[in-house]
Amino acid sequence: MCSRLTGMAMLMIFGLTGTQPARAEYGINFPPPAADVAQEIYDIHMLTMQISTFLLLVVFSIVIYSIYFHRKSRGYKADQHFHNTWFGNWSWVIVPALVLGVDLTIAHNADAVLKKIWDVPKGEKLMDVKVTGHQWWWEFDYLDHGIKVESRYIPKEQSGDLYLREVDNRLVLPTNTKIRFLHTSADVLHAFWVPELAFKKDAIPGYVTETWSELNREGVFRGQCAELCGTWHSRMPIVVESVSPEKFQAWVEKQQALKVAAAEEASADRTWSRNELISKGKELYNTKCGACHQANGMGLPPAFPPLNGSPLVSGPIEAHLDIVINGKPGTAMQAWSSLNDLEIASIVTYERNAWDNNTGDVVQPADVKKAR
Amino acid sequence: MSYTTTVNDPAHHDHTPTGWRRWLLSTNHKDIGTLYLLFALAMLFMGGASAMLIRAELFQPGIQLLDPDLYNNLVTNHALLMIFGAVMPAAAGLANWMIPLMIGAPDMALPRMNNLSFWILPAAGTMLILSFVVPFFPGGGTQINTGWTLYPPLSVQVGMSMDFLIFAIHLLGISSVLASINIIVTLLNMRAPGMTIMKMPIFCWTWLVTAFLLILVVPVLAGGVTMLLFDRHFGTSFFDAAGGGDPVLFQHLFWFFGHPEVYVLLLPSIGVLSHVIPTFARKPLFGYKSMVGAMIAVGTIGMVVWAHHQYTIGMSLGAVTYFMVGTIIISIPVGLMIFNFIATMWRGAMTFETPMLFAVAIILMFTFGGLSGVMLAVVPADMQYHDSMFVVAHFHYVLMPGAVFGLFAGVFYWLPKWTGHMYDERLAKIFFWINVIGFNLTFFPQHFLGLAGMPRRIIDYNVMFTEFNAISSIGAMIFGFSHLLFLYIIIKTIRGGEPATSRVWEGAKGLEWEVASPPPFHTWESPPKIGKEVA
Repeated sequence: MCSRLTGMAMLMIFGLTGTQPARAEYGINFPPPAADVAQEIYDIHMLTMQISTFLLLVVFSIVIYSIYFHRKSRGYKADQHFHNTWFGNWSWVIVPALVLGVDLTIAHNADAVLKKIWDVPKGEKLMDVKVTGHQWWWEFDYLDHGIKVESRYIPKEQSGDLYLREVDNRLVLPTNTKIRFLHTSADVLHAFWVPELAFKKDAIPGYVTETWSELNREGVFRGQCAELCGTWHSRMPIVVESVSPEKFQAWVEKQQALKVAAAEEASADRTWSRNELISKGKELYNTKCGACHQANGMGLPPAFPPLNGSPLVSGPIEAHLDIVINGKPGTAMQAWSSLNDLEIASIVTYERNAWDNNTGDVVQPADVKKAR
Repeated sequence: MSYTTTVNDPAHHDHTPTGWRRWLLSTNHKDIGTLYLLFALAMLFMGGASAMLIRAELFQPGIQLLDPDLYNNLVTNHALLMIFGAVMPAAAGLANWMIPLMIGAPDMALPRMNNLSFWILPAAGTMLILSFVVPFFPGGGTQINTGWTLYPPLSVQVGMSMDFLIFAIHLLGISSVLASINIIVTLLNMRAPGMTIMKMPIFCWTWLVTAFLLILVVPVLAGGVTMLLFDRHFGTSFFDAAGGGDPVLFQHLFWFFGHPEVYVLLLPSIGVLSHVIPTFARKPLFGYKSMVGAMIAVGTIGMVVWAHHQYTIGMSLGAVTYFMVGTIIISIPVGLMIFNFIATMWRGAMTFETPMLFAVAIILMFTFGGLSGVMLAVVPADMQYHDSMFVVAHFHYVLMPGAVFGLFAGVFYWLPKWTGHMYDERLAKIFFWINVIGFNLTFFPQHFLGLAGMPRRIIDYNVMFTEFNAISSIGAMIFGFSHLLFLYIIIKTIRGGEPATSRVWEGAKGLEWEVASPPPFHTWESPPKIGKEVA
């Protein structure tokens, strides 16, 4: 107990003096920037913080001096005419002028930084990454490479100390490349925030906002969704893996190969066995559907209905496929038409056979194709 | 200068109503003021309880006490209860009690409307609480998981409790607008002969500016939530891009109300300070005219900088530059106010009774919150701070000292006047110290959490944020429970105590101190003559 208290006291002292704490995970300031843009932001943050701290010290000193010396118990007599001295008569000009000076200093510096970082550089070739927020996962489309990464949080059992800061598929980005991020959302507002990249941008359904950055070092940078997006807002981590352009190229080629293989598998004109579909479906269900409908199929009523024992899931296959493919307007249930036929077939087969749903139905990719 | 003889003349008033009629049908500004204050006190405890549940959940990583929707529902309710339930009614209560006494008016200008504007509040409060409770009943739909900002499209997904909330906001808005009209009419028409507008006590000035702000911005919020209601039920697409609308439009409407609202919460407390500090420094307020000017400037500039709450929505460079510079400029009038307070203390003969302790705490802590506000105004840096715990720390440093502590100062300052009894100074000082230490322990560490990367409004967080969250939660428990002591002090003072003189404080100046403590049911039935000394 005693050592813990000492630890906390030390922590507060480190916090106040700004020295590097012994344990790096006690963050008290922004993490070291990983991009020039972020460095600019870091510097303006430090500048305004120093100006603020200085002004705070001035105010505190004057107030504490006054409290100590100008008190009745010390026999101090109130100066009834202080407000009518030249200082009293002109302070309404002097004080705003001084404050305006400070304001202009801050605004001038901030404006210079803003001009550098705000607009995406014109007339240059940038790598485009479309960032789409979903309830509650991120979708990253590498528009120049034709690949897509779906990024979801990893449950505590598997992620341990990195819980809520680790994802299944990271956003891999090359260093020394100007990247344009295009932010949008499939459902409600989200916001992309990785402190090392130092910007935050809202993802707004129906609109596209842009930001840009150029990573200047390799590393793994972690952030989170910053705009309240409903039930599992806390479970939308973002992990950026910054690698050299060569490694990035290799990664891209691997992803493209995987995509081709998956497409071939899905379009292969074959019939899948029930067990194959269920095992594929279980994995897909847990990553894509489990956040809302839960791994045990019980959902989180009333927002997210249970699938276990659901009349829809045990009813006609067509209705079940329809809601998966087209979603349910006005609710959090989105359209999953971007999944391929095999994936939808597996998920639907799994749902119809999992938990207490013993329909015994098998849905083949061909059925999904028909239903689209 | 004894006016009390005229007001105590028994021939003038013989009809003090009793029982429930006295309160329900009241048109007496003092009784309605008391009702407002009691309502605010009840809401303060409900809002505080929801905050303590939030902090209890955040004490450790993981989800222990609440589920995510209940957590978000509490976040929503905490804000709405505190802003609309506690701070605004408390400030209106002070206005009702003190404005007629201060300007030498027998009552508010529109006493029946005064009754109406209070009695709408319990109905609105009930709707607000229903919006929290309804989802727990079968068929009640989902909980309000949007936060008090109610941003669509999330707020369109929410179940029927959102409709309760929308109507609660309408009622609260009607109540505020009616009260504001009443205050403006009273201040402009009912001042005692000889009290020119530039001799009006500063508390009245702050309320005059506040009331204008409310009348200008509350209808905009009402419009915004009505559009939300239409989007939810009547097939419109104001905020739905798929139908040609824009989700960001709601944010503009909301913050066009929301930012001036900050000054609505702040200004009455600035008014209280403008009386407390001269009283306990035993010298006149420094810079009366610049105070009035600063207040009007804050109100005016505060109306046109709302989008600094939304730097991340993707505005153009020109727009963000404008909002940034405008926001930073607000530091000029606010800085002038703080300067005037410090200059009032300077070369005074100060004593430190509880209202003065709160006043000094406000000057120090509000300056801190104001300076972190300047940091937040800087657009590039706000790209980091936005929606992080840093913002939570900032606005609690502004609103807790700026609004709530100001109200505490006002309550302790005027409680002897209202009840006729001195409060227990020793207990009140204990309350002050526990309160202020608990407050700083709660919110200071949240700056670090925000900078390290913890977003706001999350129920669960990574272990890297554990230490500061634990400190913050311990602080919140101390801070929260300290208000039971506040309640005890108030009850004790109402029930009895050392009788207060009409002057109460040695350095107190102004008409409200010329009437007895407690004041008779009707005061200033014939207006006082204002000499030079009053202003």
